[in-house]
Amino acid sequence: MTETKQPIIQIRNVSKRFGKVTAVDNVSLDIRAGEFFVLLGPSGCGKTTLLRMIAGFELPTEGQILIDGQDMSLVPPNKRPVNMVFQSYAVFPHMNVTDNVGYGLRISGVPKNEIRDRVAEALELVKLGGFEDRMPDQMSGGQRQRVALARSLVMRPKVLLLDEPLSALDAKLRAQMQFELADLQDKVGITFVTVTHDQDEALSMASRVAVINKGEVAQLAPPSDLYEYPANRFVADFVGSVNIFEGTLTLDEPDKAAVDCPGLGKVYLNHGVTGPHGANVWIALRPEKIYLHVPGKGKAVRAAAQDAPDGHNLARGTIKGMSYLGDITLYEIQLEGGQIIRVSRPNLSRHDQEDFTWDDKVSMHWRADSPVVLLS
Amino acid sequence: MFNRTAIAPLEYTRKLWMRSWVGLTMLFLYAPLIVLMIFSFNDSKRNVVWKGFTLKYYEKALNNDSLVEAMVNSLTIAFFATIISLIIGTLAAVMLWRFRFPFKGLVEGTMSLPIIVPEICLGVAFLIFFAKVDWPTDLPWPLNLSAITIAHITFCFPFVAMVVRARLASFNKEEEEAAKDLGATEWQAFRDVLLPHLKPSLVAGALLAFTLSLDDFVITFFTSGPDTITFPVKVYSMVRFSVTPEVNAASTILIILTVALTFIALKYQGVKGISDAH
Repeated sequence: MTETKQPIIQIRNVSKRFGKVTAVDNVSLDIRAGEFFVLLGPSGCGKTTLLRMIAGFELPTEGQILIDGQDMSLVPPNKRPVNMVFQSYAVFPHMNVTDNVGYGLRISGVPKNEIRDRVAEALELVKLGGFEDRMPDQMSGGQRQRVALARSLVMRPKVLLLDEPLSALDAKLRAQMQFELADLQDKVGITFVTVTHDQDEALSMASRVAVINKGEVAQLAPPSDLYEYPANRFVADFVGSVNIFEGTLTLDEPDKAAVDCPGLGKVYLNHGVTGPHGANVWIALRPEKIYLHVPGKGKAVRAAAQDAPDGHNLARGTIKGMSYLGDITLYEIQLEGGQIIRVSRPNLSRHDQEDFTWDDKVSMHWRADSPVVLLS
Repeated sequence: MFNRTAIAPLEYTRKLWMRSWVGLTMLFLYAPLIVLMIFSFNDSKRNVVWKGFTLKYYEKALNNDSLVEAMVNSLTIAFFATIISLIIGTLAAVMLWRFRFPFKGLVEGTMSLPIIVPEICLGVAFLIFFAKVDWPTDLPWPLNLSAITIAHITFCFPFVAMVVRARLASFNKEEEEAAKDLGATEWQAFRDVLLPHLKPSLVAGALLAFTLSLDDFVITFFTSGPDTITFPVKVYSMVRFSVTPEVNAASTILIILTVALTFIALKYQGVKGISDAH
């Protein structure tokens, strides 16, 4: 996964139009060999179209896709060195597990005993040993997905494409498969490209994520950067939960900056943002990065907000909504200006959720490195 | 009677009116056939009242060369009409399902026209058509059946196309894409994935085409040459003189033949598969 290696997939200025609808709009990105790459976006953003173009099921209207340095424009799906795990798994219902997994090898004329060995190996890899003679209708959704995985992996593709691989699984199984997929990718060393609309999935599995919005790449970054340093309001809002406030940049120096947000108050940052002075900007503040206090017990507030000048990074409001989620409690707080801000608070002890209740007056503060300034 | 338990909403079989209704329906459907079969063993030339059991009319029917010839002709026509209808019907259904092209709706509508057009009109049309093109009538067997076979294919293949079309609606296109993704060519994907999915509808379509062809009278009547006769036409000409048990015997053989065929098809495919096809 070094930068010097040639990218395994190069997408160059690719656009795809269906009639008047532009599904993919001038996308360029490189996918490196061996990485777990995730295309993340809301439904209808063009991420699946992009994946299908890599597989060869759609042809780009404009632009070029290179796999391992080779132009794929004229290469049909059955000749591409990639394999796909479909959203419906598309396991062949009239073949048993062995025949399903061995199908690709069989039609490419691999000798019988080699097929047998490779199928056994692939089934072992996806933990389906002992299921050789099962028919797909005798298996659960999760097991069928493993068949689809094995069927693709047995071909030893350069890239494995996965279309919404976990969307049909129940929550527990999904969490387990997230780990297993990441583990599997580590083991086989094949480049994985996954499409998902689920940010948890993207954050937990990916080495890098491309967030797609309306056919364009909104941001391309590793998961933690995506969350902590979103590039724009779309990414900040789509990945995780966030409070966004509009404001004016009043101070911008290399080591500090301040934004005046009419709704929230004065926001101080301990780094520069290199935006034009007086510019219209947005402040993004994650709910878990806001501390909640009962007014009057203000010692903690003053102590914690020390890294900002007086009167900055503080807000007051009234609790209007609460939802207890077990590990955390989510509060909806109406600020003095009338806007709603969301704050989450970990339940570190068993009775933490009892500290606050509806209509409580509370004060909030956040650290000077928590807010993100967004220019678009 | 004394320990009656409540009848649950779906326990229809425990309701008397439901049982009698089913019984009546069955009687309505099968009584004529059963009477026909019973009277094939009737030892009476006029075949109006029961005179005693005999198998002699089966012997007579099987020794009636022109009746046997008509039967062989019918089966031959049905066989070829079924095979060719299956191929054309399946191709038509797949074409209409897969591709988008101008006037698709028109093509689709026109294709099912032979189902709607009254048989008598089709019959007359074929009569005129074969006369106009001067279709040879003196060909050796089985080529002398070609005109009838062609006519039968015309009204059989739309039925096959219809059944296959219905089955295609439940096909997951991703399966075909998966096959191609794994290296299959267009043909291999069709053979290995689409065709197995269509199998129940192909069996159902074949059964439909076979029986439609086997018992067709009207169109066959108009398209048969002077020396070609099929079973239904032969029976018609026999009945014109008198309804002898010989006709009953021949009909019974035909019924048993078709029932056996259907049974084999169901056995081979599984009843579920056939009903899935619709």
